[in-house]
Amino acid sequence: MSTHTISVLVEDRPGVLARISGLFSRRGFNIDSLAVGPTEDPGRSRMTIVVDCAERPLEQVTKQLNKLVHVLKIVELEPDRSVERELVLVKVKADPSVRYQIIELAEMFRAKIVDVGPDALSIEATGSPAKVQAMLELLDPYGIRELARTGRVALARGGKGIADKPLRVAARPA
Amino acid sequence: MKVTGAQSLIRSLEACDVDVVFGLPGGAILPAYDPIRESSVRHILVRHEQGAGHAAEGYAWATGKVGVCMATSGPGATNLVTALCDAYMDSVPLVAITGQVPSWAIGSDAFQEADTTGITMPVTKHNELVLDIDRIPGAIAEAFHIAASGRPGPVLVDVPKDILQATTEWAWPATNELPGYRPVTRPNGKRVREAAALLRAARRPVLYVGGGVTKAGAEAALRELAEASGAPVTTTLMARGAFPDSHPLALGMPGMHGNYAAVAALQEADLLVALGARFDDRVTGNLATFAPKARIVHADIDPAEIGKNRVADVPIVGDVKLVTEELAAAYKAAVTADGAADTEAWQRATAQWKQRFPFRYDQQDGGPLKPQHVVERVSALTGGEAVVVAGVGQHQMYAAQHFRFDRPRSWINSGGLGTMGFAVPAAMGAKVGRPDELVVAIDGDGCFQMTAQELATCTTERIPIKVFILNNGHLGMVRQWQELFYDERYSEVHLGFECPDYVKLAEAYGALGLRCDRAEDVDATLEKALATDDQSVVVDFRVDTHEGVFPMVPAGRPNDEIILGPEFSPEEQAAATRREVRTQ
Ligand SMILES: Cc1ncc(C[n+]2csc(CCOP(=O)(O)OP(=O)(O)O)c2C)c(N)n1
Ligand SMILES: [Mg+2]
Repeated sequence: MSTHTISVLVEDRPGVLARISGLFSRRGFNIDSLAVGPTEDPGRSRMTIVVDCAERPLEQVTKQLNKLVHVLKIVELEPDRSVERELVLVKVKADPSVRYQIIELAEMFRAKIVDVGPDALSIEATGSPAKVQAMLELLDPYGIRELARTGRVALARGGKGIADKPLRVAARPA
Repeated sequence: MKVTGAQSLIRSLEACDVDVVFGLPGGAILPAYDPIRESSVRHILVRHEQGAGHAAEGYAWATGKVGVCMATSGPGATNLVTALCDAYMDSVPLVAITGQVPSWAIGSDAFQEADTTGITMPVTKHNELVLDIDRIPGAIAEAFHIAASGRPGPVLVDVPKDILQATTEWAWPATNELPGYRPVTRPNGKRVREAAALLRAARRPVLYVGGGVTKAGAEAALRELAEASGAPVTTTLMARGAFPDSHPLALGMPGMHGNYAAVAALQEADLLVALGARFDDRVTGNLATFAPKARIVHADIDPAEIGKNRVADVPIVGDVKLVTEELAAAYKAAVTADGAADTEAWQRATAQWKQRFPFRYDQQDGGPLKPQHVVERVSALTGGEAVVVAGVGQHQMYAAQHFRFDRPRSWINSGGLGTMGFAVPAAMGAKVGRPDELVVAIDGDGCFQMTAQELATCTTERIPIKVFILNNGHLGMVRQWQELFYDERYSEVHLGFECPDYVKLAEAYGALGLRCDRAEDVDATLEKALATDDQSVVVDFRVDTHEGVFPMVPAGRPNDEIILGPEFSPEEQAAATRREVRTQ
């Protein structure tokens, strides 16, 4: 098993998210994260889906996704050839004795303090999954009260867009 | 021209060349039933919406055209779900139209509201809730296109009542707008040549033929390929009739209850050419030990089937008719260059298996009537000139095994979902699609009781079908599993022969009811049934409860463990297990 990031370009139609998430659960795949939003093209949305599975099941789910009528394009984004980001909002316990330690920690990760209370701080951080994870691990001992993450979004590096790239699975000899 | 949404819907069906719709009205779909009175579309009023769905399937199986069914919202739609799932599993082209509560009431738990598109999402190829009256023609046109093209399947269009009641200007869409839907039909020529080279080099090739061959209309091309290459042919439960059983290269049906020769050939093969087949568990048995010596050429219109269960050495995505034609041509070209494949010894071996280990049963004089005997006589007395429709269970397997299928589209059944109750409504739909054919349902007593009400539809709509019930008084297939795997601890499988009285039931429905419980009466009974064509006929064949379906590969076991059954001696079983080939 390994983590794969797939980027799915879809027609923005009612129920398209349900079709895609339903397909994953029906075929026995777990979604680690799913982020969806509009694209440069009105009427089209992009979903960034992170799945944890082996190579062959991934191929199967990609092919099944591709059969959905409102799915326009699917690519797998290779980690070293794409930019991946996630945004987190995290509320950390912070009484005055540790407040400055936490602020310093946040600064190391170029995170922002977005709310301050008498005994807690809220931090906004963006970055690669590894960076976000590292920050959360360091914050953990202080006591994380609440956490909200957007899920991963990603784009391939270079000048080309998803619509220019061939589908990875179809690109295999077939 | 001004039309209501309802008129637009019915006009759209006419524009898609629909000649018949199976359905049953209700509140939400009511507006659509008004313009249907003036339409060229024939509406057949079923007695249960599941019957409408299976009838549409039977029609599609028999004709190759898209079957159409219609139901109201809520319970009407949920009653269609089984048939939709059945069509989805067996890739049957279907369009289902359902009424929905008015769009302003959606989400409020209104009377007879159900989330029909949500419920049917996993069992349809596609579906759509139409929320704009001007979308109706486009939605219908696309539904027919999606249902019939690529890998066929069911498409549902859900239309709220207020959309049906609104008015607009009629306009038929010039083109479908489906940027995300482009099935690949043209096979890759290089792959086809690779496949041809493998076939030419193979010593023990088998053409593993699935339902896709009939869906693509590839039967003639298949025959050409088989005869050119000398590769024996197995036809799955979905493909009975795609290759003539009487052909010397025909090995019959593979799988759990398949012919020994077909099962053994797959296990011994050095090359499988899978055409429109999907390596289903009922064919492969234990997947890891399936066809262990074979390289795989896998051709299918659906790329997701290729490599799903078994990795293909040569994957070919495309319309199976085109693939088969091109493969036959490429094979012939390869032969011209390198000489023909040497498959003679292999043909001799498979023919010997076929002859030594046939389907065997023992119909004794004066003994209990064997279900296989009934099927064999149906086959003989019709001369194979019938469309045979089966339910699900032992009788289905007997029908698939013992009827001699020599014509395409002469076999209709529920393969993937295994839906009890399929036969009667599907036979009705098949008869509507091919009124000049003799349509015979071979049904079980359990199955029959699930959808027998459609006999009323057959009578009132003058759709005469034959229903031959192989009445063993049991849920026979389940009984067989309890006999074999639960130590004969029978639990909830006894139905009894007497209730209902099938003859009286037939008569109540306006059909001719007959009964037969002796082998010597089978022919006379069948002759009477076959001579009746002004009404439907139901025959209660009282057959041996204790008969089992063999051969059998127990679920999940390797095909190598095929059990020939009680009619074979231990020596014969041992020879079969060794896959012995005698040298003459
Ligand atoms: C709707 C449905 N319910 C349950 C089953 C499980 N099942 C498979 S075969 C069978 C027995 C069918 O009995 P019958 O129609 O009498 O056929 P027989 O096996 O006796 O020939 C059952 C219950 C099924 N396939 N479909
Ligand atoms: Mg029975």
